[in-house]
Amino acid sequence: MNAAANKHAWLVPLIGAVVLAVLPPLLSPYLTDLVVKIMVFSIFALSLELLVGTTGLVSLGHAAFFGLGAYTLVLASPADGGSMAWLAPLSVGAAALYALFVGALSLRTRGVYFIMVTLAFAQMAYFVFHDTKLAGGSDGLYLYVRPRLGPIDLEQKLHLYYVVLAALVFTYALLAVVLRSRFGAALAGIRVNEQRMRAAGFATYGYKLAAFVLAGALAGLAGFLVAAKDGVVNPELLSWHESGAVLLMIILGGLGHLRGAVIGAASFVLLKELLSTESLVGPLASHWQLTLGITIIAFVALLPKGLIGLGERLGLGRKG
Amino acid sequence: MSAVLLSSHELTRRFGGLTAVSRVSLEFRLGEVHAVIGTNGAGKSTLINMLSGEIAASSGSIRLGSEDITAWSQPRRARAGIGRSYQRTTIFPEFSVHENCRLAAQAATPRAWALWEPAAGCKASNAAADAALEAAGLAADARRVAGSLSHGGKRQLEIAMCLATGPRVLLLDEPLAGMGAEETDRMLGLLDGLKRDHAILLVEHDMDAVFRIADRITVMVNGEVIASDVPEAIRSNHDVQVAYLGHGEGH
Amino acid sequence: MDLATFLVQCLNSVQYGLLLFLVASGLTLIFGIMGIINLAHGSFYMIGAYLAFSIAPFFGDRFLLMLLAGVLLTAAFGYLLEWAFYSYLYQREHLQQVLMTYALILVFEELRSLLVGNDVHGVKVPSWLEGSFALGDLMSYPWYRVFASVACIVVALGMYWVVNRTRLGMMIRAGASNRDMVRGLGIDIQRLYRIVFAAGVALAALAGMIAAPLSSVYPGMGGSVLIICFVVCVIGGIGSITGALIASLLVGFVDTFGKVFFAEFSGIGVYLLMAVILIWRPEGLLGKRA
Repeated sequence: MNAAANKHAWLVPLIGAVVLAVLPPLLSPYLTDLVVKIMVFSIFALSLELLVGTTGLVSLGHAAFFGLGAYTLVLASPADGGSMAWLAPLSVGAAALYALFVGALSLRTRGVYFIMVTLAFAQMAYFVFHDTKLAGGSDGLYLYVRPRLGPIDLEQKLHLYYVVLAALVFTYALLAVVLRSRFGAALAGIRVNEQRMRAAGFATYGYKLAAFVLAGALAGLAGFLVAAKDGVVNPELLSWHESGAVLLMIILGGLGHLRGAVIGAASFVLLKELLSTESLVGPLASHWQLTLGITIIAFVALLPKGLIGLGERLGLGRKG
Repeated sequence: MSAVLLSSHELTRRFGGLTAVSRVSLEFRLGEVHAVIGTNGAGKSTLINMLSGEIAASSGSIRLGSEDITAWSQPRRARAGIGRSYQRTTIFPEFSVHENCRLAAQAATPRAWALWEPAAGCKASNAAADAALEAAGLAADARRVAGSLSHGGKRQLEIAMCLATGPRVLLLDEPLAGMGAEETDRMLGLLDGLKRDHAILLVEHDMDAVFRIADRITVMVNGEVIASDVPEAIRSNHDVQVAYLGHGEGH
Repeated sequence: MDLATFLVQCLNSVQYGLLLFLVASGLTLIFGIMGIINLAHGSFYMIGAYLAFSIAPFFGDRFLLMLLAGVLLTAAFGYLLEWAFYSYLYQREHLQQVLMTYALILVFEELRSLLVGNDVHGVKVPSWLEGSFALGDLMSYPWYRVFASVACIVVALGMYWVVNRTRLGMMIRAGASNRDMVRGLGIDIQRLYRIVFAAGVALAALAGMIAAPLSSVYPGMGGSVLIICFVVCVIGGIGSITGALIASLLVGFVDTFGKVFFAEFSGIGVYLLMAVILIWRPEGLLGKRA
């Protein structure tokens, strides 16, 4: 909510969307797939940005909604493929419902407790998919036929690409509108000083819960798309490593900016690819987690404002 | 006698074995600055926290007008007309001065579901913010970043945000904290202007200021009210002198 | 369920709960005194277990000696780690602490992978603790489990004595309730923090060493124990050692009996318990009301 909204703030994302739209014919199948992955994780990261960056709620269990969205698609898909018209809302709805449950309980706590509780509830969901026979256990499940909607068939890579792009544009635009609205302003106020907001008359619990559910729903959307992209789901989608990764993405890019979530997602996915490519880092490739860990530590210690902060320091782009 | 806007009856708060506030019954009237003074640990903070709704009372009741609000949450009391300012400044330093007030004023017309309407364009909130800034004397600084204000300016903003919600009762917790002589004068002038349309509770340590501005003074010691009267009577009250004023002039 | 089975399950619950307590007490101590949320705490448990696996061959049957060696080693490790890494985290926001300690987990996991590999290992129970004793006609209870419980109780009593009866403990309690005051009293807060941290690490590692013969040594053990510890802290109230004890035992019972009655879905039992506590007393059983 820094100062008046910059008139040209929408220009950069628009250019980005256009660039993404024209990319497919220029890229190899491997790179196209990578871009789709980046876009899906951008949606995931954007959903967490609403929670952490805007509202100040550090959740360490966000992957639960991501994974739940993914599993819902696979579990609800009819054997010959279903229609996106009901499968997408179902996935988003399932994630939102669990977010309502988790949010209602965890928002009764603050600070460290909140972090721990969100992690625990995510673990509970992970457990259900990992240890029980409900959904294929630790091996995961296959999505035999991807969903359709009229002429759009997600089995076709190009269609999938544009559907994901549309979802990303939708998510970004939705969050931009939310941030500009009264609801968004209230969330920002809650982040800075919840006490002051309550003293002014805001029922802050309700606002936080609404943000939590919206964030969960959008994560569910990302989950739906990741399942459609990969054609397979496994419990690791709900693991705390996944929750940690998405948290990392938004820090990497820079908290407090929607662009940051996208930049962070892209950086993280690319970084992971680079660090695990043997031709680039040799024997370190199979131990990419070590390199990643050290990178994170260095990053948080030296660049607390993320890549956007670095950009500002170097004079690229404007503040806010 | 003017109307009683806020009152407490036998208000008590216990923390385990310690009774921080004991059977305090006070009235806050329209047009009056009612100061509550006492040494550290006398229970003033706990009292103001109970009145604003931040902590629950162990027993006793609080009434807003004729309505019993003892069980109401803080946001609900705020929407009903109780404004609160804090000892430690609780402004939003990164937003502009005007935005600080506008956000506070938004609580009255939340319309949280109207996502397509930009917050900055809310007519009602903007008008309330303008009025609050005017009343607090900060109209000229409206576009400045709040964090860049002087300490006195920030305390003024604290009051302005309190006013932005259109309260009838003002609970002010040490508004003069950390202020020099000139800033104190300005703040007292502000409070004098405000008291016409509000009931003001003033918790303060600055004795000179209190005696200048208060219409009524209540003295608390160890959680209990030992005297509650007009300033001249308090000044000459023996118990008060012994318990409080006698232990070195407070500042 | 007959009496003997019931008794066995009770003993199992207590034993599991006590081991959990050892780990959770370290976590809650570190948070209560230093205000750091440490995601890598589970890694110390894992380190303890893998350490036991690595050095057990050198100690043979001298199990207690091995435990002592392990405690000293990990305490020294913790002392160094605090100096090299954690001391930089004190002033940082929770989010940064979360990320830094999460990154530390990744580093520890990979280092373990490089040094000892990713296989699942077992650690032999020392011969003087092998076997079981009879409970009723059909059931028997392993001596090692009894040892585990007793060891935990001894450590818990030791902790109680240190915290409540020694000068160090007094400083710890003072530090927990008012950090700045303690600093103002001229107590070397740096040293205090380092000692407390080392103790926390050693406690978790000791639990890992004791648990190694029981639950085997496997890569993901750090993560699972960490999250259960979080649940314990939420239920018990963070910063409260007594709360951690009560909560650990509660979790022990819910988990053990849950497995008996609900098989597959037993794992969610502890989380449901946490949910109940959140509805009833969000600050935890013995936590301070905000």
